[in-house]
This record gives sequence, C-alpha cells and structure tokens, in this order.
Amino acid sequence: MSDTHAASVPYVRESMLPQVEPPATAKGPVKWVHQSLFSSIPYTILTLVALYVIFVILSGFLPWLLGGVWNTGNIRECREVLDGAQGGCFSVLTDRWNQLLFGIAYPQDGYWRPTMAFILLFVAAAPVLFGSVPRQLLIVTVLYPFLAFWLIWGGSILVPLAALLSFAIGYVVYSRLVKSSFAGGLFGGIAVGVVVWFVAGLMTSNLTDVLALEEVASRNMGGFMLNMILGVICVSLSLPLGIVLALGRQSNLPIIRLICVVFIEFIRGVPLITLLFVANVVLAYFLPPGTNFDLILRVIIMITMFASAYIAEVIRGGLAALPRGQYEAADSLGLDYAQAMRLIILPQALKISIPGIVNVAVGLFKDTTLVSIISMFDLVGMIRGPILASTDWNGVYWELWGFAALLFFVVCYGISQYSQWLERQLQTDHH
Amino acid sequence: MNKSVFFGALTVAGLTAGAAAASTLDDVKARGKLNCGVTTGLVGFAAPNANGEWEGFDVAVCRAVAAAIFADPNAVEFIPTTGKTRFTALASGEIDFLARNTTWTFSRDVDLKFDFIGVNYYDGQGFMVPKALGVSSAKDLDGATVCIQTGTTTELNLADFFRANNISYEPVPIETNAEGQQQYLAGACDTYTTDASGLAATRATFETPGDHIILPEIISKEPLGPLVRHGDNDWGDLTRWVLYALIAAEELGVTSANVEEMATNTTNPEVARLLGAEGTLGEMLGLDAGWAKNAIASQGNYGEIFAKNIGEETPIGLARGLNAQWTDGGLMYAPPFR
Repeated sequence: MSDTHAASVPYVRESMLPQVEPPATAKGPVKWVHQSLFSSIPYTILTLVALYVIFVILSGFLPWLLGGVWNTGNIRECREVLDGAQGGCFSVLTDRWNQLLFGIAYPQDGYWRPTMAFILLFVAAAPVLFGSVPRQLLIVTVLYPFLAFWLIWGGSILVPLAALLSFAIGYVVYSRLVKSSFAGGLFGGIAVGVVVWFVAGLMTSNLTDVLALEEVASRNMGGFMLNMILGVICVSLSLPLGIVLALGRQSNLPIIRLICVVFIEFIRGVPLITLLFVANVVLAYFLPPGTNFDLILRVIIMITMFASAYIAEVIRGGLAALPRGQYEAADSLGLDYAQAMRLIILPQALKISIPGIVNVAVGLFKDTTLVSIISMFDLVGMIRGPILASTDWNGVYWELWGFAALLFFVVCYGISQYSQWLERQLQTDHH
Repeated sequence: MNKSVFFGALTVAGLTAGAAAASTLDDVKARGKLNCGVTTGLVGFAAPNANGEWEGFDVAVCRAVAAAIFADPNAVEFIPTTGKTRFTALASGEIDFLARNTTWTFSRDVDLKFDFIGVNYYDGQGFMVPKALGVSSAKDLDGATVCIQTGTTTELNLADFFRANNISYEPVPIETNAEGQQQYLAGACDTYTTDASGLAATRATFETPGDHIILPEIISKEPLGPLVRHGDNDWGDLTRWVLYALIAAEELGVTSANVEEMATNTTNPEVARLLGAEGTLGEMLGLDAGWAKNAIASQGNYGEIFAKNIGEETPIGLARGLNAQWTDGGLMYAPPFR
C-alpha cells in the first residue's frame, strides 16, 4: 500500500501550511493604486495629468484661501496688508456679514428673530421629514408658520394668533362635515375660517402692542434670509397646490380639467423673470395709486404658481406610472374618489415622483435669486448692488460670489442627500 | 422705441389714475416720509454703507429734499430701482422722486411724461487706456480694440466718434461694467469706454490705478439729473429749487458749517432770502421759511456734497470739470433767488 503511494509522496503535503498574508502588491492601498490608477499605460498617463491639474488648481487656490485677509476695513487696506502677496480679501465677508445674511434694512438688534425662526425651522420640519421623530413634535410644525411670521415680521402676536384661530375653527368645521361630503367639508371649512379670520382681524386691529415685536416691513427683508423665506414658503405651498393641479388635470370634470391644463401650460410657457416683472412693475399700474400690496407677497404668489405648475407635471408623471390596476383596485374596494386618492394612489405616485419634486425644489430655491432683477436685495442682489457698489468693496468678486455659491451649495446638497435617503427608506421592492 | 411707447402708454394710464389723488407734497407730508428712488448701487452715487445707511451723491439730493420738507434728512424711504424698473416705479406713484443718475433725454422728458428738475451731474462718455499704451488722445486710437457695453447709447456714440474722425476700431462687446473691468484688466481690449464718472470709479478699484489714464476727450453729453412725474408742477418746483438752493449756496459761500451763522447775520440780501431771513420763498413752495437752511445744514452745499462723495479727496477722485460753478468755468448755474 505504502509502496504504491511512495511514488507520489514528494508531491503530497501532509500538514496544512499556515495562512500567509497576501503579497504587498496584491492587497491594500498598493493594490488599489496599482489597479485603479496605474493598471495600464493610458491609465498612468491620465492619472499623472489629473494629478498635475489638481496640483495646479490647489497651488493657486490654497494660498489664496489660507493667505486671505479677514479684518480690514476696505479693499485698499486689504491690498496694503497683502502687499502684492497672493491672498483673498475675505474682510468683505466679515465687514458685511450681517448684510449678506439679513439685508441692509433689518433692525440690527432684531437679528436673533430670523435666526430663531431658522433654528425652529429644523424642529418644525423634523417630524415631517423623518418618521422616527416623535409624533408629538407635529404640534410645533402646525404652529411654526404663525410663530415664524411673528418672529420675522414682528408686530403684535394677536395677528398670527387670529390666523391660527381661524385655521383651527376651519379645521374643526371641515372634520365635522367631511364625513358626509369631502367637498362640503373643504368649502365649509374654508368659508368659516375666512369669516373667523375677518372678525378676529377686526377685533385685534386696535390691540397692536400685545406682545409686540418691532414691526419690520417686507421691503426691509434681504440677504440670504430672503432666499430662505422665499424658498421655504414657496416649496411648501407649491407642493399641495401642485398635487391639486395634477389631480385636476386628470379629472373627469371638463371644466376643472380645462382650468388646470390652461393654468399649467400658461405658467410653464412663461419665463419666471416675466412673472416677477409682472408682480413688481405691471401690477403697480392696475392697483390704485397708494395701494400697498406687499411686494414679497406678490413675489411669493408668482414663484409659487410657477413652481406648482412644474410640480403638477412631475406628479402627473407619477400618477401615469401607476398601473391601471391600482385605480381599479381602489374602485373595487368601494372607496370614493378622495379616499382612493389619499389611501392608494397618491402615496404610490408621490413616492415615484420624489426625485422630480426634489429637482423642482432645488431649482426653485436657486431661482429665488432672480428677485435681485426686480431690485430686491436677496443674497445675490446684495452682492450685485450695495456691496459691489460701495467705494469700500468695489472690485472684490471671487470672495463674494464664492461665499454665495457655498451657501447655496450647502442647502441644495442637503436637500438632495435627504431625498436620496428618503428614496431608500420608501423602497418596497426588496431584491 | 416700441418699449418706450409701451411704457409711455402705461404711464398715461398710471397718470390718469393718479390725477385724482391729492398733490404729491400733501401725500408726502401725510406719510411723513419721502419715497425716493435710487439705484441698487453705483459707486459714489448711491450705496448703503456697512450699517445699512444710504450714502452717495444722488442720495444727498434725496436727503436734502427730505430735510427741506421735514427738517429731517432721515425722513426718506430709499427704494432701490434698476434701470428697468425705475421709470415704472416713478410713473406708478411708488416713488415721489427719482434720483438715479438718469440721463436727461428728449424722449424720457416728453414721451415718458417725466419732468427733469435739473442736472446734478454733467457726465459724458470717455476712454480709459493703460499708460503703457502711450496714447494721449482718443484720436490716436486708430485700429484699437474697444471694450463696449452692448445695447447702450455709448455704443452708438462710439461709432459716431470714430466715423467722424475717420479712424477704425474693433469692438469687444461686454454685458456689464464688472465684465468690462475684468476684460480690460485681462488685456482683451486696448481701451474701455463708458461714462467718465464710471471710468473713474472703475479705475479707483484697480490695484494700481496709476497705470491707467482717462483720455481728455469726452465724446457725448450725459446730463444726469433727478426727475419727477409730469402733472404736479408744485412738486416739480419744490424739488427743482431745493437742488438750485444747494448749487446757489456754493456760489454764495454758504456751507453746512456757517449756514446757521449766515442765516442770522448775513448782509447779502440773496443769502437772506435763500435762508429764510427775508422774504417768503419758503411759503411760496408750501414749506416753512427754513427749508433751504435745513437742506444745506444737513447735506452741505453742492460743492461739499461733491467733495464728500465723488470729489478728488475720495477714492473715486473726480475733478469738478463741467460740474464747477459757472464762476469757475463750469456749467452749474442756479437762477436767482428772488
């Protein structure tokens, strides 16, 4: 037996070899570098070229960033301090910091108010955006619009309280009537709410100094605060409006369908700039002289209309993507239209539409800078107008525009990251 | 042209709507504030400082009018306007008074139904060249590349000038002044042309302003002045004579420093009338007797305003030139206060 085996013994190992680390070239960073960067001659050349480009950019950018001047009073002092050396004149950011964030005319001792509203925005948005947040926080979300209005615009707290009261009573009426008829509940609630608001407005109009903050006119809003105000309000208003328009466009009632189609097609066919000019310039001719129809309100209406038309089309795409069977299933369960939409169709359609909606929201947020064209001092308007036109800072471009780009990038990137997280959360087709 | 006809028609509509309203002065007094249209920002002429207070050459005129009416130069609501929104803002009544370095032209005065109340700055189109180019006159610019803002009157003026002098040039079209600065500094053009005050302001922002010169030739007339709506002549008179009061004050030697003293013990009868010590000029305008005194005390006379905002001591460094008093060979000439 052993003989037969003897011939092959030199070739048979009888004990296990101990485990050995892979060779240095086949593991870890070395392997990664070799495989990803230098695996062939063309790759090697591309890698070297890319490294060179990065080096050139950084060797210009880093000295500019790190060698910058942060505490001079104007561009001439800046140049004196730099004395020919490379470096940015970031003093403009520190000197005009409050103007970049809050505009030129917001009361300086009231900067805590928009800051507070900004912080509370996260508390209010959290329960809507994240399912894991305790539901009790939703009460903050409901109160937030009224609180933020009071903080930012000031005045007596009774004004937003009156609005809140009318909403609450309107909602109670709605929830009573909705059991018998959805439309009856909706219109009844709105009608009662408007009446309550009107009456409460009359009653509170004399009590202007109850818990009053210093009142700030809309004209005095500016800086990045204005972009945030416009962005947040318009996105949150245009989403429900867009859903209504999308449903209306698919409605069986010809009048409603016609109105929605005309509205969407008209608004989508007109540039936003045109709408803003209408809000600012043309409306002034049709309103009686001396009418003070708030400019920000006009702009909010125009931007909301614009965004809701786009969101309506995005959601219509979501509705169209649902298989016909979903609608039929809802019908066969005996649900009425409102129930079917609320419980079956919209949850699925909205999920499909998330990337599109986020796309519109990000675009809308950046579009708020267009208000600088109608001489409102948002962040871009502040830079283009007052700051670059001051004798102190005329000629500082990169630092200011870089800062504006950074602020917008942070917000837009945040929105986009959230939407990707949300898509993963809502994924139901487990593979 | 079509645009101006359109705006003109809109203006008429606005005017007929506004005609029923009370006089502008009554409106302003009832409001307690002057609504003054200014630019969203032009170096030296109007811009808010780090504290958000508006400052500048045009702003001073607004403040002087407010001081004449309310004895308070801060009773002004500054309403920033762009080149596109300024005329509609005035025509629709959103602002009472537009002081936004606006060139006085025939069609704006006649077709758009505005009244220019005077000229507070005589501007004109000029050329800036690098010193190294060795050019001392615009007529030496044969074959030069010229940075020029498209769609402006400066573009037309430029073509006229070069054709009249029978020399050639190559235009480099740019969109904004900021772009012009960058292109010029990058050497994309030999010379940059726009209004002379704008050239001076632009040059003041360069790292080495001394390397660039502004050529002596001024090739167009750009009289910049404040304006009001057609139709309320009392309001036009008031603003016009506030501007003249500032100009006359310089001629008569009244300054913000000595105005109080001059008002009480001057021997010059015209100064006495101007400052309200004699006569009823203020009453004729519907103001109190100290209207001009308040305007001058708060803002200084025309020369002081010029020196403080755009004069040779400022970074902008404009010489008086055409804007000197007529007694010094300039065009500033106020009619008599009598």
